[in-house]
Amino acid sequence: MTTATEPYVLNIGPQHPSTHGVFRLRVVMDGERIQDMDMVVGYLHRSMEKLAEERTYTQNIPFTDRADYLAAMSGNLGYCLAVEMLSGVEVPERASYLRVIFAELQRIASHSMANGTFVNDAGAWQTPLMYMFRERERILDLFEMTGGARLTTNYMRIGGVAFDPPPEFFPAIESLVSDLPDRIDEYAELLIDNEILLARSRGVGTITAEDAINGSLSGPMLRGSGVPWDLRKAEPYCVYDRMDFDIPVGRNGDAYDRFLVRLEEVRQSTKIIQQALDALPAGPHKTDTPLALRPEPGEAYGRVEGPRGELGFYVVSDGGSAPFRFHIRAPSLINLSLLREMAIGASLPDAIVALGSVDIVVGEIDR
Amino acid sequence: MNSTLRQGRRRPAAKVPLGLMIVGAVFALGFLAVNAAIGYVVIDGRLDGQWYDIRDLGIAVEELKVQLDAINDDQPSFLDDIVGQHWMSYAVGALLGAIGILSFIGGALLALIWIERRLIGRMQIRRGPNRVGPYGLLQPVADAVKLIQKEVLMPDGADRILFLLPPAIIFVPMMAAWGPVPWAPQMAYLDINVGVLYLIAVSSLTTLAVFLAGWASNNHYALLGSMRTVAMMISYEIPLSIALLSVVLITGSMQLSEIVQWQADHNLWLAALLPIAMLTYFFSSTAELNRTPNDIAEAESEIVAGFHTEYSGMKFGLFYAVELGNALLVATLVATFFLGGWSLFGLEEWIPGYLILFAKLSAAYFVLVWLRGTLPRFRLDQLMRFAWQYLIPLSLFNLIIVAVEASLLARWDAPGLVSLGLFTIVNWGAAYILFRDWARRIGYQPDAGGPRRAELTQQVGGIEAAHRMGTAT
Amino acid sequence: MPAGPRQLTGDTVASALSAALPGAVATATAEWVEVEPARILDALRWLHDDAEMDAKQLSNLCAVDRHDRFEVVYHLQSMDRNHQIVVKAVVGEHDDPALPSCYPVYKGALLQEREVYDLMGIRFEGHPDLRRMFLWEGYPGFPLRKDFLQIPDHHPGLPKFPFEEPGVQAR
Repeated sequence: MTTATEPYVLNIGPQHPSTHGVFRLRVVMDGERIQDMDMVVGYLHRSMEKLAEERTYTQNIPFTDRADYLAAMSGNLGYCLAVEMLSGVEVPERASYLRVIFAELQRIASHSMANGTFVNDAGAWQTPLMYMFRERERILDLFEMTGGARLTTNYMRIGGVAFDPPPEFFPAIESLVSDLPDRIDEYAELLIDNEILLARSRGVGTITAEDAINGSLSGPMLRGSGVPWDLRKAEPYCVYDRMDFDIPVGRNGDAYDRFLVRLEEVRQSTKIIQQALDALPAGPHKTDTPLALRPEPGEAYGRVEGPRGELGFYVVSDGGSAPFRFHIRAPSLINLSLLREMAIGASLPDAIVALGSVDIVVGEIDR
Repeated sequence: MNSTLRQGRRRPAAKVPLGLMIVGAVFALGFLAVNAAIGYVVIDGRLDGQWYDIRDLGIAVEELKVQLDAINDDQPSFLDDIVGQHWMSYAVGALLGAIGILSFIGGALLALIWIERRLIGRMQIRRGPNRVGPYGLLQPVADAVKLIQKEVLMPDGADRILFLLPPAIIFVPMMAAWGPVPWAPQMAYLDINVGVLYLIAVSSLTTLAVFLAGWASNNHYALLGSMRTVAMMISYEIPLSIALLSVVLITGSMQLSEIVQWQADHNLWLAALLPIAMLTYFFSSTAELNRTPNDIAEAESEIVAGFHTEYSGMKFGLFYAVELGNALLVATLVATFFLGGWSLFGLEEWIPGYLILFAKLSAAYFVLVWLRGTLPRFRLDQLMRFAWQYLIPLSLFNLIIVAVEASLLARWDAPGLVSLGLFTIVNWGAAYILFRDWARRIGYQPDAGGPRRAELTQQVGGIEAAHRMGTAT
Repeated sequence: MPAGPRQLTGDTVASALSAALPGAVATATAEWVEVEPARILDALRWLHDDAEMDAKQLSNLCAVDRHDRFEVVYHLQSMDRNHQIVVKAVVGEHDDPALPSCYPVYKGALLQEREVYDLMGIRFEGHPDLRRMFLWEGYPGFPLRKDFLQIPDHHPGLPKFPFEEPGVQAR
């Protein structure tokens, strides 16, 4: 006797513990197996790209905080680089170093969050997340100390950074950087050899290197699939060409490899911060730029290696004080290009783990 | 901005006030002194067998029943012909026992919510509830009041009766399962001679309520959760029962008080003698309980809350309470079956048995909380595979070994220290070999799937570079 | 001057492209190469397959509304050669713009083309799943177009910033 089964539609989200925001997956399931998947986004669409066409170049910096709100510094940096490219504003050396320091701090904070929530999606009851929050909290304290804001920092400016860090910033960051390697070892001890985590994430959401490149993936998704591509090395911006660090690369392209890559990137970021702190030159932290910048007509595509991947800003000027077109290349959105391929045929828990390993930020998907 | 933030330092952790430490110490010393005094008085023989022997509240109830029977004999009631001669003592005994168990569970549940949240908080380097009342002790009360006040929502299209029934009926098996638990030598509410069978039968009734709740909710998440529960219950009842069967074989009784008495007589906890049974029982119980790492039936990150997704207010509160109560029950049963119950190598003469049991069940409960605070979750098929391919064969092997040992024990006239010591060594050896080798036999490879460390490179590139490094898949 | 530090000049790409696909290149500048819209898929496929160009990844796809026409901008990335190529296709039709989809070459265009369709209203022919993404089906208009909710005599941006005098600098 055979039992007839009937596929049914399951709405995962928009309010669901594992969608990390208002993000919705419509899943056609047969029992626990996913037959088809469609993602529904836009619940957080704030029309930033249109709004930016009405504001001056400087006024647009806060938008970049609120796109990827877990990596505001990287957003700031990418946008400022694009506008500097467009307008030819020079950046003082100290500002470049400070930008590297803050972008890497942000990467550590964001990756901590990503790994914590990833293990949460695999079923851990908040513990790894709380451990990772410990370091993130110290980093956010550093942000608060320097720029006054913790999450939406609005710290970088066209031509430098908004504030020079206060004197007490340096002992705090030194102690953070000296603590971090031990802390990362602690997480590694807790998680890397955890049999349950291995069973849950090995071979889940596998993407081949070819597919990853062809599917426009970037960041840890791409590196997890084995492609050694990192914009900090490939197209060094700021002072990354003077830093000594490695690119972590996965072997299998599965969720576990992405987790490993993120964990290792935290270690490398610590190295970069240490080097940048050692080499931090004196001097101004900002060049004076006109409040209403009017770049020559033209276009620029500034991009940085954000925590989630290639964070690009395509800015077109028509000579006015507001950008003619402002486009954010959102890695969170584009990394989802292959989500359907990853999910179809997988079971529901596997799909959740795969989604967790993509590390989406819905603010950036919807913008 | 706070000046401590400016300096990037943390406030030092709050210290336990000296006054509280003194009060705690006084309480602990007083507790010990009272126990020692009871022990002295009891050993002295002056109060032996008297109803106010608080080591065993069962004696007091027995005394009361004897008195009631005497009154009953003096003044016969017309009910005697209908419900039996000594109906009054039965009714009073039953009421007292039920009230005792209910008040213990009720109090313990409130305490456990606080303890669990505090413990998890400590494990997660945060503080846990600390606002309501001293040390957040009133937090569970506040939660309960909030839950009672909340509206109970019913989804559109839910089956009204079937939706409202499960929170009530799920309470019954949880409460009923407490019956045969021996709290002290005479202190068991329902000391039936098929106690193990009764427990297995009653505890699997929970599945029905869970399935009903999932089905009646008219929600896919709830349905998925209840299907998972049923699948898991069916699978994990088997290793659980086989594990208990080995306990029954070695002690020769299904009566819980006899099992504890056996452990007290032999001065040996069954956890030491039957490690496989102990671990199998504990793991299967976490599966039955929906607790991490086996909480797939209410896997938060996947199916939101499983079968009780649609329940709100006190209906949810009841599910939550039953879940905690079941966890407490499993901790108690582990303590009873495997950790010697009320016995503590002769110290039960001095310390009330129920306090010993409480200490042991707290230890077992702590392990449950610890697991919850540490481990991620298995996937459904992995759990099923684990049950059918790993736990069931292992517990069957264990049953064979234990059966041989039990028959040897019956014939062999060696002193307990020799025979049971030998069996303990044999069982631990068997556990080591079986746990390791059976895992390999069903295809587990410790280092499968490549290195657990990302490759490091300085060279950027695309697909060609990936092939050169050998990392392209 | 190329915008990115590792960007191939449009002229270099244009000469190679027009040698392989005659008539595909419309114009070229130092920064980008403009391809005939009808030939965009061929051009991208050639850039993807060619060993020298090696544009294996579509790193960014977006569109710019130039009031009378749409520019669709493709930022292509070669990882092994480590260079970037900017390709543009100009769609002259402003009322119902359409362009061949590059999904057959780049799977990464799936969501990016959907986004452009949603906000700019450019139909990508051959796209497997062209639906509104952020907005719902039936939303009136395409918000990123310059004529969306156009207010008469309104010029975007500030014509003159309050403190914008020669010599006055941002603090």
